[in-house]
Amino acid sequence: MSDLSAALPRPVESQLSVVTERKLVRWVAIGIALAFLLLFLVLPLIVVFAEAFKRGLAGYFAAFQEEDALSAIGLTLTVAAIAVPLNLVFGLAASWAIAKFEFKGKSLLITLIDLPFSVSPVVSGLIYLLLFGAQGLWGSWFMAHGIKIAFALPGIVLATVFVTFPFVARQLIPLMQEQGTTEEEAALTLGASGWRTFLTVTLPNIKWGLLYGVLLCNARAMGEFGAVSVVSGHIRGLTNTIPLHVEILYNEYNFVAAFAVASLLACLALLTLALKSFLEWRHGADLAGGASH
Amino acid sequence: MSSASLWRFKQSSVIPGFGITLGYTLLYLGLIVLLPLGALVTKATSIGLTGILSTAADPRVAAALWTSFGVSLIAAGVASVFGLLVAWVLTRYDFPGRKLVDAMVDLPFALPTAVAGIALAALYAPNGWIGSFLEPLGIRVAYTPLGIFVALVFIGLPFAVRTVQPLIAEIEGELEEASATLGASRWRTIWGILLPPLLPGILTGFALAFARAVGEYGSVIFIAGNLPYVSEIAPLLIVIKLSEYDYTGATVIATIMLAISFAALLLINLIQAWSRRRYGYV
Repeated sequence: MSDLSAALPRPVESQLSVVTERKLVRWVAIGIALAFLLLFLVLPLIVVFAEAFKRGLAGYFAAFQEEDALSAIGLTLTVAAIAVPLNLVFGLAASWAIAKFEFKGKSLLITLIDLPFSVSPVVSGLIYLLLFGAQGLWGSWFMAHGIKIAFALPGIVLATVFVTFPFVARQLIPLMQEQGTTEEEAALTLGASGWRTFLTVTLPNIKWGLLYGVLLCNARAMGEFGAVSVVSGHIRGLTNTIPLHVEILYNEYNFVAAFAVASLLACLALLTLALKSFLEWRHGADLAGGASH
Repeated sequence: MSSASLWRFKQSSVIPGFGITLGYTLLYLGLIVLLPLGALVTKATSIGLTGILSTAADPRVAAALWTSFGVSLIAAGVASVFGLLVAWVLTRYDFPGRKLVDAMVDLPFALPTAVAGIALAALYAPNGWIGSFLEPLGIRVAYTPLGIFVALVFIGLPFAVRTVQPLIAEIEGELEEASATLGASRWRTIWGILLPPLLPGILTGFALAFARAVGEYGSVIFIAGNLPYVSEIAPLLIVIKLSEYDYTGATVIATIMLAISFAALLLINLIQAWSRRRYGYV
């Protein structure tokens, strides 16, 4: 997925003329590719900010003086603050077990960890409703005990954890497999405890990969729409995250406010891309475990 | 005795923490992923095959499934073609701003789908920046299946680029030099020597883009217009069924979509196994 891009090597400046295309062909190809990217990637990004500032700065900031917008921002931060650490701990545990040991059924386990990537966001929300919804398997039991999961914070967190489940583990498993176990074995032989070995030997080796995985995990956690939309119930000021608040404003034809709030998420995306590219350029070798796939 | 047994689950190792990390991994995986997916399977089993088929035969459900799969196939194809071009240009040619463009390719991964959705809808609306150019030509993108197509190309593009890019970077110069020395034209070298080893990457990118497109929701619903039988996608129909408390209908559509995306996943694995045999890499 997104971890495929290794640091971009520079093409040879003066290639032999027989092993590259004619200059005209090259520039036409570059032109078509750039025009396509402008149309499909750059314009959508620009239009978010253009629409957000359509009524000037005052119109832009008015969107954030609303109580509902602030509570949506608060909820999104809360959800990410719970979901990302959960998947971080899981990612560390899973990659330790998978990369440092040989056991049967390992490739099946890796496939299962990848599973949430191939499930539609809407289905990711639906499966939690089937468990905890009013007609769900356990819905009535939880309701009888006064515990709200669907259409409340726990449901939103669960759906978010599901869609961001593989991010950290996927980043760390190939990296730690590549690094092998010799350094840890050396530390253990010299008498370090297992925990100390992890903290002083393993963690420094994987820190950039870990940061990379957390970055992508967080971006998805804050921006998830489909799965959260299904389990949230869209209760204004209560169970609306930032993306859901954008949807509500947009459907109310409050376009300036919708794009203003959306511009927050667009900035988050740009920041994520900038940090991600920085990590790839500066620490590319520490991110990928050999073959990047 | 135990160490001498023929079948051992785990090879011995001096590294500690196997039990606790694997145990936690399995527990967490079970609670977060397997149990909820199991609820879906349980529900689908209780409906039964005849129930699933009769719901799938409902004209509105069938139309939504056809729209989702048909448009996803076309969009993944277009994303693959342009993805190949973009990957080629980024890897083989040098031009100002190349690194910036390379970073931008991942934008659809990073940009929340709802933001992409309203941005595309604003661009392609009849009075939007692009829509106002297309309107006099009689081309309507927003609120038609063409709008779904545009959103799905956007979503699929990074998959297409990122699966081919490393393969283009790995092309060995000797092959094309030999081909040129033996008198092949540049186009013949590209078609005969350079493109065939890229095929597994192109197909994998296509399958990934398709699998993602079939389930895509946020970026599509704002631009699609969501007209039943015309521009209504399957994930949206799940949401509609859920809002009508029709859990059975929602489960049936979800089951069919899951089956298709697992088929796509299986296809990817087959392509990679074939590629490993044919070319020695994935």
